[in-house]
Amino acid sequence: MSYHRQWQQQDWQALQLQSRNFSTAQVQAVLSQPKLTLQDFQALLSPAAEPLLSQMASKAQRLTRQRFGHTVQLFAPLYLSNLCANECTYCGFSLSQKVKRRTLSLSEIEQECLAIKALGIDQVLLVTGEHERKVGMDYFCDALPVIRRYFSSIQLEVQPLDTAEYQLLKQLGVDAVMLYQETYNSRAYQHYHLKGKKADMPWRLDAPDRVGQAGIDKIGLGILLGLTDWRADAMMLAQHLQYLQKQYWQSRFSLSVPRIRPCSGGSGVAYPISDKELIQLICAFRLFAPELEISLSTRESALLRQHVVPLAITSVSAGSKTQPGGYSVAPENLEQFSIDDSRTPQQVAAALMQQGLQPVWKDWDGYLGR
Amino acid sequence: MFQIADRTFSSRLLLGSGKFASPLLMQQAVRASGCQLVTLAIKRLELTKPQDDLVTPLRNMHIQLLPNTSGAKNAKEAIFAAELAREALQTNWLKLEIHPDPRYLMPDPIETLAAAEQLVKLGFVVLPYCSADPVLCKRLEQVGCVAVMPLGAAIGSNQGLQTRSMLQIIIEQAQMPVIIDAGLGAPSHAAAAMELGAAAVLVNTAIASSNDPVAMAGAFANAVNAGRMAYLAGLATPQQQATASSPFTDFLATL
Repeated sequence: MSYHRQWQQQDWQALQLQSRNFSTAQVQAVLSQPKLTLQDFQALLSPAAEPLLSQMASKAQRLTRQRFGHTVQLFAPLYLSNLCANECTYCGFSLSQKVKRRTLSLSEIEQECLAIKALGIDQVLLVTGEHERKVGMDYFCDALPVIRRYFSSIQLEVQPLDTAEYQLLKQLGVDAVMLYQETYNSRAYQHYHLKGKKADMPWRLDAPDRVGQAGIDKIGLGILLGLTDWRADAMMLAQHLQYLQKQYWQSRFSLSVPRIRPCSGGSGVAYPISDKELIQLICAFRLFAPELEISLSTRESALLRQHVVPLAITSVSAGSKTQPGGYSVAPENLEQFSIDDSRTPQQVAAALMQQGLQPVWKDWDGYLGR
Repeated sequence: MFQIADRTFSSRLLLGSGKFASPLLMQQAVRASGCQLVTLAIKRLELTKPQDDLVTPLRNMHIQLLPNTSGAKNAKEAIFAAELAREALQTNWLKLEIHPDPRYLMPDPIETLAAAEQLVKLGFVVLPYCSADPVLCKRLEQVGCVAVMPLGAAIGSNQGLQTRSMLQIIIEQAQMPVIIDAGLGAPSHAAAAMELGAAAVLVNTAIASSNDPVAMAGAFANAVNAGRMAYLAGLATPQQQATASSPFTDFLATL
């Protein structure tokens, strides 16, 4: 049984309708419960929860402090390549986009590693477009040993791979794999993903299973907010999480809920989600899964990050460059999306400390999970 | 005073160093608690740096460091971490933690026992975090651990002594210190653990996550002392009914 089969039994429209069908009294009742069901989670996503947002936030904050203490992890992305064989209408790396393409060589990777280390960063997220042929396993197998020398923890955000490939990457030093589904709505998925391997939705839906089977420590889930109804998408994500937690009990899970940002050549946002709704979504996830790691990227403004991080966030990126070579090799290239919070890692860390949160630069080591 | 391996401690409260808002606050809490033994995660340490913001201040305070292997999911990783810590921190003391389940951080009894046996042979002073399982605790004692650290409840859960009846058996049977670790959310929980006869308790979340960790550290220290004194004095047994005082027993004594 894979997740894909379970997903096929879900009724998107029913979820969408249900998620608007709660009373404020029902939400109030959920807030007094210690352990939440999926239906409780759905109530927290509903419009009826909005008047209770400050209560949700304070409960979320209490749970976050209890589980993770007064700490927040810092990381930065390292973009290795913007080559992509997919056509996704919202993304600046898409095949048809007229952007300068670049894949970092090993010596360029090393140069970028040194530049990121100089920022004080010790935990890195490797990002590529999806180009199986030119930026596939051979490339990863060459690059990982170089990168592993510089960082205590390596997360990977690349095309979905198969189980044997994940097993190999684990040995080579990958600690976490991010597999953002973008959306769980099949019609919307087809609408936005026009060409390339990414258009194969079942392959992507089952990728977290394959990471779990390979025994990689952490699996990152996420939806891209703005593609379709966020409430129904969040419900499906929560179901996916629940399924994976039971199946792969030795894996950690993290969540990312990026909102579509303007990118070069990108289209407008079809289903915008407000700041308030984003906070509601993040707090609902914290209440539903207190152990879930939640990250917030530099796509969001410094002001919003400052207010949301203490409530539920366990890791933040800082000083991010979202183009290959952005730290030192070729800082002028086009980025994947424009970032909003351009503070340096030190500035982000100082702001965290002012809020009574300890920035954690290192919380892992290369000998774990090999 | 109580003894672990060759060291004697006057404080029966052990602290964790994680989850604090800053290293400085951690030091202040340690000082307020009077604690002499602090555990710290090896994975958090930057072992290549000569100065570490967790280790250096604790050293200066003459605290016995108890590096822990959290993050390890099996015996192999735990042993690797232990060797790293021994070399970098110059201590062979080790809190052995193997929790493959990242959700509730439950210790793996099988891997823990296997790792403990090997680590003892490698010359480590091993204090294993373990489930409140009396047989497992005896097995850990047999392989040469210097103490056992059974859980009161899930780590960070603040639920107190959920495993009370098993802890009673463990304490009754132990020939070494039993340190209750995990789940102690309030000073009253710590006092209750000490009243049971625990040699010591280890607290992290309840202090570090408190609004005033320094005050909370002091409160836990007082509770540990109170619980210990009560244990030594001998606790009164709860009775179903009020017991009349002793004209009859006085009479019996004359017979």
